[in-house]
Amino acid sequence: MGAYLIRRILLAIPTLLVISFVIFAVLDLAPGDPTGTLPPTIRAEVREQIRESLGLNEPFHVRYVLWMKQFFINEPLNWLEETTGITIGDSENRLRVTSWSSRGKPVVDLIGERIPQTLWVVGLAYLLSIILAIPLGVISAIRQNSIFDQVGTVFSVIGYSMPTFVTGLLFIIVFAVKLQWFPSIYDTTLKVTDWSSFMQQVRQMIMPVTVLALFQIATLSRFTRSSMLDNLKQDYVRTAHAKGFRERYVVVRHVLRNSLIPVVTLMALGIPAIFGGAIITEQIFRVNGLGALLIISIQSFDIPVVQTITFIFAVLIVVFNLIADVIYGFLDPRITYQ
Amino acid sequence: MSVQTATAETIDLADNRKHRTLWGDAWVQFRKNKLALFGLTVLTLIVLFVVIGPLVYKVDPDHIDITLSSLPPSPEHPFGTDDLGRDTLARNLYGGRISLAVGITAMFIAIFLGTLVGLLSGYFPVADGPLMRFTDMMLALPQLPLLLVIIMLFRDALRKRFGPELGIFLLIVFVIGILGWMATARIVRGSVLSIKNKEFIEAANAVGVRQYKIMRRHILPNVMSPIIVSATLGVATAILTESALSFLGLGFPPDVPTWGSLLFANRDFITQNPWLVFWPGLLISLTILSINFIGDGLRDALDPRLRQ
Repeated sequence: MGAYLIRRILLAIPTLLVISFVIFAVLDLAPGDPTGTLPPTIRAEVREQIRESLGLNEPFHVRYVLWMKQFFINEPLNWLEETTGITIGDSENRLRVTSWSSRGKPVVDLIGERIPQTLWVVGLAYLLSIILAIPLGVISAIRQNSIFDQVGTVFSVIGYSMPTFVTGLLFIIVFAVKLQWFPSIYDTTLKVTDWSSFMQQVRQMIMPVTVLALFQIATLSRFTRSSMLDNLKQDYVRTAHAKGFRERYVVVRHVLRNSLIPVVTLMALGIPAIFGGAIITEQIFRVNGLGALLIISIQSFDIPVVQTITFIFAVLIVVFNLIADVIYGFLDPRITYQ
Repeated sequence: MSVQTATAETIDLADNRKHRTLWGDAWVQFRKNKLALFGLTVLTLIVLFVVIGPLVYKVDPDHIDITLSSLPPSPEHPFGTDDLGRDTLARNLYGGRISLAVGITAMFIAIFLGTLVGLLSGYFPVADGPLMRFTDMMLALPQLPLLLVIIMLFRDALRKRFGPELGIFLLIVFVIGILGWMATARIVRGSVLSIKNKEFIEAANAVGVRQYKIMRRHILPNVMSPIIVSATLGVATAILTESALSFLGLGFPPDVPTWGSLLFANRDFITQNPWLVFWPGLLISLTILSINFIGDGLRDALDPRLRQ
């Protein structure tokens, strides 16, 4: 197990390096010009100086290596210094990955400002989907072909087929415009200080969280259902019944435990997907999280920010794939790693 | 004597049953699935709606008339008008044409690439390792951010080269296709691996059929069912992706109607006129829903193990 884990982590490193190269290359070889969005009154020499100060005149491989150095060495060192308070080396003159707009602010700081909103929405959506999806799937499986099961099937297919930007807008029409229960725009400046501001925060989070959770609920509950159905037919379930255990005990202690093994891996694989979904949800409800930062940076040609966020998404995918594999082997003793 | 009777019987047993084909059998199976039939009906209606609709309903989707701005549904404008007084029904009809065209074209690109990679890596053990590594790497790329970035970066260059509408169409279709072939490649590879060692391939090899011919004549027809299923579902994914991109403002520009860009352009008027976003939203959802039903139905219908 330990050796397998180390090998998997070592294999993940070249994957991430290749991905970082692809992201860097796509952005770098594109025909756009970062000085293209500047006012046309700027003279050609000044434009050239700006290009030089951004390091654009260096050859491609030099820029790639420099970017990697900033990204993988300088930024982690900075972070270490900030959290521990110890100065390591020449931290004053260490080059940082800085945004091209936002007055040259370090990208890490920009992302740090945006991440709490995204994590709140994504985290709550994820929690909600797990809390709802697993019981739904279990009940549908136990009462297979009942009305509950059929309604659940129809709803999950609809939930699966309706894109988040449609459900989001539909929610706004129904709950914000017609019923006026929830605000349609997420107010990030809201500070939770007392009960009423807390309630306001809850009210503005309900719609983005629900919209983001719907798709996950649909997929997870269907998956739980089919996994439960597979296990309910197994011999050990009949044995457990024959021994006289109560139905509830058999379902919860025997069937559910075994059925959740593939579900847990699916949950791990769903985390990168839900972050991707947050890009759209944040746009619908105007949450200024990570996804909104990505969209703004793409529109204003802020390449360092775009590279960093895209790479963060890639890291999420690789890491959670790894976690899913490891959890699977950990939960299911039939799987052995060589 | 006994030999003679046997011959007579054989002649008598000449096959008089109705000729059965793979597709005939699949259709018989498909018809039993109510949801799949429902999906097929709805999708056919939507396709007829957007293909024939503009021929019957001859209103210019780009005709601007500010005096008729933001009208509710009426006999002249059955779906109402938008903020610039353009007819919503006409825009939805034309938008559907573009959305469906994007979905189908992108699917063909993805399926072509996926089938090619899957066939090569399944059939040639030498190519298997590198190609599957490459597929895994592609799967680890963050799809949506990368799509957004690529479209933003190459949009202007392609628009200059091919004109505003065709340029963005080509870009979106190619990017969705190039980032969407991996699932197909894996499925095709799996099927090829299971077929490759069957006796009829061995026989073809033994009589000296060339490798290329074996792949085309013997392997490809046998992996057709998984390819068709993933092609069907691929159309849904491509339509979804295009609408998501347009909804984020990085797909088709708001003046070119697609279902996604209609949502993007009209979401600011959601309070005044909710119908503007209701129709494109409904059309996208119904299309995806029916394609998913058809895909599930096809998967069952084309699987010979499920056939009675």
